[in-house]
Amino acid sequence: MEAIAFYIFSILITGLFLVTILSRNILYSMSSLAAGMVLISGLFFVLGADFLGAVQLVVYSGAVMALYAFGMMFFDATKDIKEKNSPGWLVFLLSGVSALIMVVIFAAPSIGKNIKPLVTGTKGADNPHVIGEVLFTKYLIPFEVAAVMLLVAMIAGIILASKKMDKSLSEVYVGTDPEAELKEQK
Amino acid sequence: MTLTLTHYLVLSVLLFSIGIAGVIRRKNLLMLFFATEIMLNAANIAFAAISVYIGDLSGQLFALFIIAIAASEVAVGLGLLILAYKKYGTLDLDKYSVMKG
Repeated sequence: MEAIAFYIFSILITGLFLVTILSRNILYSMSSLAAGMVLISGLFFVLGADFLGAVQLVVYSGAVMALYAFGMMFFDATKDIKEKNSPGWLVFLLSGVSALIMVVIFAAPSIGKNIKPLVTGTKGADNPHVIGEVLFTKYLIPFEVAAVMLLVAMIAGIILASKKMDKSLSEVYVGTDPEAELKEQK
Repeated sequence: MTLTLTHYLVLSVLLFSIGIAGVIRRKNLLMLFFATEIMLNAANIAFAAISVYIGDLSGQLFALFIIAIAASEVAVGLGLLILAYKKYGTLDLDKYSVMKG
């Protein structure tokens, strides 16, 4: 039963992410990315990492995709993207080989037999309970640092995005090409 | 037919290579961000799977921290993206090259 769910989820995720990177329209690729995030949370539920699945659902497909959708309003999203591409099979071959090498490097220690779990949590408790216990005892300082980092990122985002917010984009940029813009600045 | 750790790691490799292919192939800055998200998710899957199959909770906690980092990366990155779009009026990476070489 779990295997069936895993295969359905993984096939759907792979297809959706392929649509994401291959699509010419940026709206299609954003929607398929959001759908893939939701399905990845299903994969976490199959694994038994319930809390991680819930966080994935809330943060990724809730917050991050909403942020992208709002950021998309600044750009001309309906226009198709024209780009000149290097040959596709070469790119896929190179990226596949490099990803395989990375996973072999990082998974090599876990193939060894003498690995012992470091943090196991209480026996018989459900997953969110155990994660909460470990997060607020052993990993308290990284948790707080992550909170501070989120605050810094929020302030940086506000400051960066709100510069010249009183002018509209068409006023700031009226069809000049970037090189002329650069010369103007000099 | 039971699921093993290898199944999840193979899926992680697939998704990660899709992400790298996206980073290499696309010339649009927003697409680069999407591909980065795909790679982070692939790493998350590997972390969670290894954590469950070894019985160690650290993997899931690090996956949580990765999600937090990804959220802040998106916030800062979108701010910079909007600034670049205001400055150059395009998201095409080829248009950003100003050195003649």
